[in-house]
Amino acid sequence: MIDWVKKMFGGPTSSSTAKERLRLVLMTDHLALAPDIIENMKRDLIDVISRYVEVDRDKVEVNFEREDRALAMLANIPIVSVNRPSPPPQPPAQSGPPSRRRRRKKPPAQSPATAH
Amino acid sequence: MHQPVPHEVATPAAKLGRAIVVTSGKGGVGKTTTTANLGTALAQRGARVALIDADVGLRNLDIVLGLESRVKYHLLDVLEDKVSLDEALVPDKHSETLVLLAAAQSREKDEVDTEKMRALVQGLRERFDYVLIDCPAGIELGFKNAIVGADEAIVVCTPEVSAVRDVDRVVGLLGNRFKPQLIINRLRPALVKKGKMLSVEDVNAILRLPLLGVIADEPEIIITTNRGEPLALRHEGETANAYHAIAARVAGENVPAPSPELKESLMGKLGSIFGGKRA
Repeated sequence: MIDWVKKMFGGPTSSSTAKERLRLVLMTDHLALAPDIIENMKRDLIDVISRYVEVDRDKVEVNFEREDRALAMLANIPIVSVNRPSPPPQPPAQSGPPSRRRRRKKPPAQSPATAH
Repeated sequence: MHQPVPHEVATPAAKLGRAIVVTSGKGGVGKTTTTANLGTALAQRGARVALIDADVGLRNLDIVLGLESRVKYHLLDVLEDKVSLDEALVPDKHSETLVLLAAAQSREKDEVDTEKMRALVQGLRERFDYVLIDCPAGIELGFKNAIVGADEAIVVCTPEVSAVRDVDRVVGLLGNRFKPQLIINRLRPALVKKGKMLSVEDVNAILRLPLLGVIADEPEIIITTNRGEPLALRHEGETANAYHAIAARVAGENVPAPSPELKESLMGKLGSIFGGKRA
Protein backbone atom coordinates (compact mmCIF):
# COMPACT_ATOMS: atom_id res chain seq x y z
CA MET A 1 0.00 0.00 0.00
CA ILE A 2 2.77 2.42 0.91
CA ASP A 3 4.53 1.44 -2.28
CA TRP A 4 1.39 2.12 -4.22
CA VAL A 5 1.07 5.57 -2.66
CA LYS A 6 4.73 6.28 -3.40
CA LYS A 7 4.19 5.20 -6.97
CA MET A 8 1.16 7.44 -7.30
CA PHE A 9 3.19 10.40 -6.12
CA GLY A 10 6.01 9.67 -8.49
CA GLY A 11 8.56 8.23 -6.07
CA PRO A 12 11.12 5.98 -7.71
CA THR A 13 10.51 2.26 -7.62
CA SER A 14 13.38 0.10 -6.46
CA SER A 15 13.72 -1.32 -9.96
CA SER A 16 14.21 2.15 -11.43
CA THR A 17 16.82 2.80 -8.75
CA ALA A 18 18.50 -0.46 -9.76
CA LYS A 19 18.39 0.56 -13.41
CA GLU A 20 19.95 3.92 -12.67
CA ARG A 21 22.70 2.42 -10.50
CA LEU A 22 23.43 -0.14 -13.18
CA ARG A 23 23.70 2.51 -15.89
CA LEU A 24 26.19 4.55 -13.90
CA VAL A 25 28.27 1.65 -12.68
CA LEU A 26 28.63 0.30 -16.21
CA MET A 27 29.69 3.68 -17.56
CA THR A 28 32.36 3.81 -14.89
CA ASP A 29 33.38 0.19 -15.62
CA HIS A 30 33.67 0.82 -19.33
CA LEU A 31 35.77 3.92 -18.80
CA ALA A 32 38.06 2.06 -16.44
CA LEU A 33 38.46 -0.65 -19.08
CA ALA A 34 39.49 1.81 -21.75
CA PRO A 35 42.59 3.59 -20.41
CA ASP A 36 43.94 4.17 -23.92
CA ILE A 37 40.78 6.02 -24.90
CA ILE A 38 41.04 8.20 -21.81
CA GLU A 39 44.68 8.95 -22.62
CA ASN A 40 43.80 9.92 -26.19
CA MET A 41 40.95 12.10 -25.01
CA LYS A 42 43.24 13.78 -22.49
CA ARG A 43 45.85 14.46 -25.18
CA ASP A 44 43.27 15.92 -27.58
CA LEU A 45 41.79 18.04 -24.84
CA ILE A 46 45.20 19.49 -23.99
CA ASP A 47 45.90 20.11 -27.68
CA VAL A 48 42.71 22.10 -28.10
CA ILE A 49 43.22 24.19 -24.98
CA SER A 50 46.87 24.77 -25.88
CA ARG A 51 45.76 26.66 -28.97
CA TYR A 52 44.51 29.39 -26.73
CA VAL A 53 46.54 29.26 -23.54
CA GLU A 54 49.77 27.69 -22.42
CA VAL A 55 49.12 24.76 -20.10
CA ASP A 56 51.38 22.63 -17.94
CA ARG A 57 50.98 19.31 -19.78
CA ASP A 58 52.61 17.22 -17.09
CA LYS A 59 50.21 18.36 -14.39
CA VAL A 60 46.96 17.86 -16.26
CA GLU A 61 44.56 15.57 -14.39
CA VAL A 62 41.44 14.01 -15.87
CA ASN A 63 39.08 12.12 -13.60
CA PHE A 64 35.60 10.74 -13.70
CA GLU A 65 33.25 11.08 -10.81
CA ARG A 66 29.69 10.19 -10.19
CA GLU A 67 27.64 13.26 -9.56
CA ASP A 68 24.09 12.56 -8.59
CA ARG A 69 22.47 11.12 -11.73
CA ALA A 70 25.31 11.47 -14.21
CA LEU A 71 28.94 10.72 -14.68
CA ALA A 72 31.06 13.87 -14.72
CA MET A 73 34.44 14.32 -16.32
CA LEU A 74 36.59 16.58 -14.20
CA ALA A 75 39.66 18.04 -15.83
CA ASN A 76 42.19 20.02 -13.86
CA ILE A 77 44.37 21.89 -16.33
CA PRO A 78 46.95 24.25 -14.86
CA ILE A 79 47.42 27.30 -17.09
CA VAL A 80 50.97 28.61 -17.17
CA SER A 81 50.37 31.68 -19.23
CA VAL A 82 47.56 33.36 -21.10
CA ASN A 83 49.87 35.70 -22.98
CA ARG A 84 50.66 33.49 -25.87
CA PRO A 85 52.44 35.06 -28.76
CA SER A 86 50.13 35.31 -31.74
CA PRO A 87 49.73 33.51 -34.04
CA PRO A 88 49.50 30.27 -32.03
CA PRO A 89 52.08 27.64 -32.97
CA GLN A 90 49.48 24.98 -33.83
CA PRO A 91 46.58 26.73 -35.51
CA PRO A 92 43.42 24.68 -36.00
CA ALA A 93 42.97 23.08 -39.39
CA GLN A 94 40.42 25.64 -40.48
CA SER A 95 41.77 28.65 -38.63
CA GLY A 96 39.68 31.76 -38.70
CA PRO A 97 41.03 35.29 -38.47
CA PRO A 98 43.30 35.85 -35.46
CA SER A 99 40.78 38.18 -33.86
CA ARG A 100 38.52 35.20 -33.17
CA ARG A 101 40.90 33.75 -30.60
CA ARG A 102 39.15 33.10 -27.39
CA ARG A 103 40.64 32.82 -24.00
CA ARG A 104 39.59 30.36 -21.40
CA LYS A 105 40.89 29.82 -17.97
CA LYS A 106 38.48 27.73 -16.11
CA PRO A 107 40.15 24.90 -14.27
CA PRO A 108 38.61 22.55 -13.46
CA ALA A 109 36.58 22.40 -16.61
CA GLN A 110 33.52 20.26 -16.32
CA SER A 111 31.50 18.52 -18.89
CA PRO A 112 29.30 15.47 -18.76
CA ALA A 113 30.66 12.47 -20.57
CA THR A 114 28.75 9.56 -21.90
CA ALA A 115 29.81 6.04 -22.68
CA HIS A 116 28.42 2.80 -23.96
CA MET B 1 14.71 -8.42 -29.32
CA HIS B 2 12.83 -11.66 -29.17
CA GLN B 3 13.75 -12.96 -32.59
CA PRO B 4 15.25 -16.40 -32.55
CA VAL B 5 18.89 -16.65 -33.36
CA PRO B 6 19.70 -18.70 -36.41
CA HIS B 7 22.01 -21.60 -35.86
CA GLU B 8 23.13 -24.66 -37.65
CA VAL B 9 20.99 -27.65 -36.89
CA ALA B 10 22.53 -30.33 -34.67
CA THR B 11 25.05 -32.44 -36.38
CA PRO B 12 24.71 -36.05 -37.35
CA ALA B 13 27.76 -38.20 -38.04
CA ALA B 14 31.01 -36.71 -39.25
CA LYS B 15 30.37 -33.07 -38.50
CA LEU B 16 31.78 -31.64 -35.28
CA GLY B 17 29.37 -31.00 -32.43
CA ARG B 18 28.98 -27.60 -30.83
CA ALA B 19 30.93 -26.72 -27.71
CA ILE B 20 29.02 -24.20 -25.62
CA VAL B 21 30.29 -22.71 -22.37
CA VAL B 22 27.68 -21.69 -19.80
CA THR B 23 29.06 -18.75 -17.88
CA SER B 24 28.07 -15.64 -15.89
CA GLY B 25 30.97 -14.12 -13.98
CA LYS B 26 29.00 -13.92 -10.77
CA GLY B 27 28.40 -17.04 -8.71
CA GLY B 28 25.02 -18.26 -7.58
CA VAL B 29 22.99 -17.15 -10.58
CA GLY B 30 22.12 -20.71 -11.62
CA LYS B 31 24.79 -21.72 -14.15
CA THR B 32 24.89 -25.31 -12.97
CA THR B 33 21.12 -25.73 -12.80
CA THR B 34 20.85 -24.17 -16.26
CA THR B 35 23.55 -26.45 -17.67
CA ALA B 36 21.87 -29.54 -16.21
CA ASN B 37 18.45 -28.58 -17.51
CA LEU B 38 19.59 -27.43 -20.94
CA GLY B 39 21.69 -30.59 -21.32
CA THR B 40 18.72 -32.72 -20.26
CA ALA B 41 16.36 -30.85 -22.59
CA LEU B 42 18.73 -31.27 -25.54
CA ALA B 43 19.15 -34.98 -24.76
CA GLN B 44 15.36 -35.36 -24.48
CA ARG B 45 15.28 -34.14 -28.07
CA GLY B 46 17.52 -37.04 -29.00
CA ALA B 47 20.79 -35.13 -29.28
CA ARG B 48 24.01 -36.65 -27.96
CA VAL B 49 25.14 -34.38 -25.14
CA ALA B 50 28.27 -34.31 -23.00
CA LEU B 51 28.30 -32.08 -19.92
CA ILE B 52 31.63 -31.02 -18.48
CA ASP B 53 31.79 -29.66 -14.96
CA ALA B 54 34.70 -27.22 -15.22
CA ASP B 55 34.27 -25.98 -11.67
CA VAL B 56 37.31 -27.85 -10.37
CA GLY B 57 37.37 -27.90 -6.58
CA LEU B 58 33.66 -27.12 -6.22
CA ARG B 59 31.93 -29.88 -8.07
CA ASN B 60 28.16 -29.61 -8.26
CA LEU B 61 26.82 -30.64 -11.63
CA ASP B 62 26.81 -34.32 -10.58
CA ILE B 63 24.56 -33.41 -7.63
CA VAL B 64 22.06 -31.48 -9.72
CA LEU B 65 21.85 -34.41 -12.15
CA GLY B 66 21.58 -36.94 -9.33
CA LEU B 67 24.75 -38.71 -10.48
CA GLU B 68 26.98 -38.11 -7.46
CA SER B 69 27.09 -41.78 -6.44
CA ARG B 70 28.16 -42.85 -9.94
CA VAL B 71 31.16 -40.58 -10.36
CA LYS B 72 34.39 -42.57 -10.12
CA TYR B 73 36.82 -40.48 -12.11
CA HIS B 74 36.93 -36.83 -12.98
CA LEU B 75 38.13 -34.23 -15.43
CA LEU B 76 41.68 -34.06 -14.07
CA ASP B 77 42.04 -37.86 -14.17
CA VAL B 78 41.38 -37.63 -17.91
CA LEU B 79 43.54 -34.58 -18.52
CA GLU B 80 46.41 -36.25 -16.67
CA ASP B 81 45.95 -39.51 -18.63
CA LYS B 82 45.17 -41.54 -15.50
CA VAL B 83 42.04 -43.00 -17.04
CA SER B 84 40.53 -43.00 -20.50
CA LEU B 85 37.78 -40.59 -21.40
CA ASP B 86 35.28 -43.44 -21.66
CA GLU B 87 36.04 -44.60 -18.15
CA ALA B 88 35.38 -41.13 -16.81
CA LEU B 89 32.18 -40.30 -18.68
CA VAL B 90 29.20 -41.03 -16.43
CA PRO B 91 26.00 -42.02 -18.29
CA ASP B 92 22.94 -40.13 -17.07
CA LYS B 93 20.23 -41.99 -15.17
CA HIS B 94 17.36 -40.52 -17.08
CA SER B 95 18.47 -39.53 -20.56
CA GLU B 96 20.19 -42.19 -22.66
CA THR B 97 22.15 -39.78 -24.81
CA LEU B 98 23.51 -37.66 -21.93
CA VAL B 99 26.87 -38.11 -20.22
CA LEU B 100 28.70 -36.18 -17.52
CA LEU B 101 32.39 -35.55 -17.03
CA ALA B 102 32.57 -34.50 -13.38
CA ALA B 103 34.96 -31.99 -11.87
CA ALA B 104 37.59 -32.99 -9.34
CA GLN B 105 36.44 -32.05 -5.87
CA SER B 106 39.76 -32.19 -4.04
CA ARG B 107 41.91 -30.40 -6.60
CA GLU B 108 42.37 -26.80 -7.67
CA LYS B 109 41.47 -24.85 -10.75
CA ASP B 110 45.03 -23.94 -11.67
CA GLU B 111 45.95 -27.61 -11.94
CA VAL B 112 44.07 -27.79 -15.23
CA ASP B 113 46.33 -27.73 -18.30
CA THR B 114 44.70 -25.25 -20.67
CA GLU B 115 45.92 -26.89 -23.88
CA LYS B 116 44.85 -30.35 -22.75
CA MET B 117 41.43 -28.96 -21.89
CA ARG B 118 41.15 -27.57 -25.41
CA ALA B 119 42.07 -30.95 -26.88
CA LEU B 120 39.61 -32.78 -24.62
CA VAL B 121 36.68 -30.61 -25.71
CA GLN B 122 37.72 -30.99 -29.33
CA GLY B 123 37.73 -34.78 -28.90
CA LEU B 124 34.25 -34.71 -27.35
CA ARG B 125 32.93 -32.61 -30.22
CA GLU B 126 33.77 -35.47 -32.55
CA ARG B 127 31.49 -37.79 -30.61
CA PHE B 128 28.67 -35.58 -29.34
CA ASP B 129 26.26 -33.11 -30.89
CA TYR B 130 26.66 -30.77 -27.93
CA VAL B 131 29.39 -30.31 -25.38
CA LEU B 132 28.13 -28.03 -22.60
CA ILE B 133 30.78 -26.70 -20.26
CA ASP B 134 29.66 -25.50 -16.84
CA CYS B 135 32.03 -22.62 -16.10
CA PRO B 136 33.13 -21.70 -12.57
CA ALA B 137 32.32 -18.26 -11.21
CA GLY B 138 35.01 -15.65 -11.60
CA ILE B 139 37.16 -14.52 -14.50
CA GLU B 140 40.45 -16.12 -13.53
CA LEU B 141 42.15 -19.26 -14.76
CA GLY B 142 39.09 -21.45 -14.14
CA PHE B 143 37.11 -19.26 -16.53
CA LYS B 144 39.89 -19.33 -19.12
CA ASN B 145 40.11 -23.11 -18.98
CA ALA B 146 36.34 -23.45 -19.27
CA ILE B 147 36.12 -21.31 -22.40
CA VAL B 148 39.25 -22.51 -24.15
CA GLY B 149 37.60 -25.34 -26.06
CA ALA B 150 34.23 -23.67 -26.58
CA ASP B 151 33.11 -21.93 -29.72
CA GLU B 152 29.90 -20.48 -28.33
CA ALA B 153 28.75 -19.05 -25.02
CA ILE B 154 25.50 -18.89 -23.11
CA VAL B 155 25.53 -16.29 -20.36
CA VAL B 156 23.20 -16.69 -17.41
CA CYS B 157 22.07 -13.53 -15.67
CA THR B 158 19.65 -12.85 -12.84
CA PRO B 159 17.75 -9.52 -12.77
CA GLU B 160 20.13 -7.93 -10.27
CA VAL B 161 22.56 -5.04 -10.60
CA SER B 162 25.56 -7.12 -9.56
CA ALA B 163 24.76 -10.01 -11.91
CA VAL B 164 24.19 -7.72 -14.90
CA ARG B 165 27.43 -5.90 -14.20
CA ASP B 166 29.37 -9.16 -14.08
CA VAL B 167 27.76 -10.49 -17.25
CA ASP B 168 28.69 -7.23 -18.97
CA ARG B 169 32.28 -7.81 -17.92
CA VAL B 170 32.31 -11.45 -18.98
CA VAL B 171 30.81 -10.62 -22.38
CA GLY B 172 33.57 -8.05 -22.82
CA LEU B 173 36.16 -10.70 -22.00
CA LEU B 174 34.58 -13.27 -24.31
CA GLY B 175 34.54 -10.95 -27.31
CA ASN B 176 32.63 -11.70 -30.48
CA ARG B 177 34.14 -15.10 -31.16
CA PHE B 178 31.73 -16.83 -28.77
CA LYS B 179 28.52 -15.26 -30.11
CA PRO B 180 27.17 -15.00 -26.55
CA GLN B 181 23.46 -15.54 -26.03
CA LEU B 182 21.50 -14.71 -22.89
CA ILE B 183 19.35 -16.67 -20.47
CA ILE B 184 17.72 -14.55 -17.78
CA ASN B 185 17.24 -16.71 -14.71
CA ARG B 186 15.21 -16.39 -11.51
CA LEU B 187 12.86 -13.72 -12.79
CA ARG B 188 9.89 -13.00 -10.53
CA PRO B 189 7.16 -11.61 -12.76
CA ALA B 190 5.05 -10.37 -9.85
CA LEU B 191 7.95 -8.28 -8.54
CA VAL B 192 8.70 -6.91 -12.01
CA LYS B 193 5.10 -5.82 -12.33
CA LYS B 194 5.29 -3.96 -9.02
CA GLY B 195 8.49 -2.19 -10.09
CA LYS B 196 10.56 -4.10 -7.55
CA MET B 197 12.72 -6.08 -9.92
CA LEU B 198 14.58 -5.31 -13.13
CA SER B 199 12.56 -6.53 -16.10
CA VAL B 200 13.81 -8.60 -19.02
CA GLU B 201 13.77 -5.42 -21.07
CA ASP B 202 15.76 -3.47 -18.46
CA VAL B 203 18.43 -6.16 -18.35
CA ASN B 204 18.73 -6.55 -22.07
CA ALA B 205 18.60 -2.82 -22.78
CA ILE B 206 22.03 -2.90 -21.16
CA LEU B 207 23.42 -6.24 -22.27
CA ARG B 208 21.94 -6.21 -25.80
CA LEU B 209 22.41 -9.92 -26.35
CA PRO B 210 20.29 -12.36 -28.33
CA LEU B 211 17.79 -13.68 -25.79
CA LEU B 212 17.46 -17.46 -25.62
CA GLY B 213 14.79 -17.32 -22.95
CA VAL B 214 13.72 -16.39 -19.46
CA ILE B 215 13.32 -18.79 -16.53
CA ALA B 216 11.07 -17.80 -13.66
CA ASP B 217 12.12 -18.20 -10.04
CA GLU B 218 9.97 -21.22 -9.28
CA PRO B 219 9.97 -23.54 -6.25
CA GLU B 220 9.83 -26.56 -8.55
CA ILE B 221 13.39 -25.83 -9.69
CA ILE B 222 14.57 -26.04 -6.10
CA ILE B 223 12.55 -29.19 -5.49
CA THR B 224 13.83 -31.00 -8.59
CA THR B 225 17.37 -29.93 -7.77
CA ASN B 226 16.93 -31.33 -4.25
CA ARG B 227 15.97 -34.64 -5.79
CA GLY B 228 18.66 -34.67 -8.46
CA GLU B 229 16.07 -34.90 -11.22
CA PRO B 230 16.32 -31.91 -13.55
CA LEU B 231 13.01 -30.20 -14.21
CA ALA B 232 13.57 -30.55 -17.97
CA LEU B 233 12.83 -34.28 -17.61
CA ARG B 234 9.20 -33.21 -17.43
CA HIS B 235 7.30 -32.24 -20.51
CA GLU B 236 4.59 -30.20 -18.87
CA GLY B 237 4.55 -27.07 -16.79
CA GLU B 238 5.59 -23.59 -17.76
CA THR B 239 9.14 -23.69 -16.45
CA ALA B 240 9.92 -27.16 -17.82
CA ASN B 241 8.57 -26.00 -21.16
CA ALA B 242 10.72 -22.89 -20.97
CA TYR B 243 13.80 -25.13 -20.78
CA HIS B 244 12.55 -27.14 -23.75
CA ALA B 245 11.93 -23.95 -25.73
CA ILE B 246 15.45 -22.75 -24.93
CA ALA B 247 16.85 -26.11 -26.07
CA ALA B 248 14.85 -25.84 -29.29
CA ARG B 249 16.25 -22.38 -29.90
CA VAL B 250 19.78 -23.59 -29.21
CA ALA B 251 19.14 -26.34 -31.76
CA GLY B 252 18.17 -23.68 -34.28
CA GLU B 253 14.40 -24.05 -34.21
CA ASN B 254 12.36 -20.96 -34.83
CA VAL B 255 10.36 -20.89 -31.60
CA PRO B 256 9.75 -17.75 -29.53
CA ALA B 257 11.99 -17.08 -26.55
CA PRO B 258 10.06 -18.24 -23.49
CA SER B 259 9.24 -15.48 -21.02
CA PRO B 260 7.07 -15.74 -17.92
CA GLU B 261 6.75 -11.97 -17.74
CA LEU B 262 3.95 -11.69 -20.26
CA LYS B 263 1.55 -14.00 -18.54
CA GLU B 264 2.18 -12.68 -15.09
CA SER B 265 0.19 -14.41 -13.28
CA LEU B 266 -3.46 -14.38 -13.28
CA MET B 267 -2.83 -18.07 -13.08
CA GLY B 268 -0.46 -17.62 -10.16
CA LYS B 269 -2.97 -15.53 -8.28
CA LEU B 270 -5.80 -17.94 -8.93
CA GLY B 271 -3.45 -20.72 -7.92
CA SER B 272 -2.70 -19.16 -4.57
CA ILE B 273 -6.34 -18.21 -3.94
CA PHE B 274 -7.52 -21.74 -4.52
CA GLY B 275 -4.52 -23.29 -2.85
CA GLY B 276 -3.39 -24.66 -6.18
CA LYS B 277 -0.71 -27.30 -6.12
CA ARG B 278 2.66 -26.24 -7.47
CA ALA B 279 5.24 -29.03 -7.59
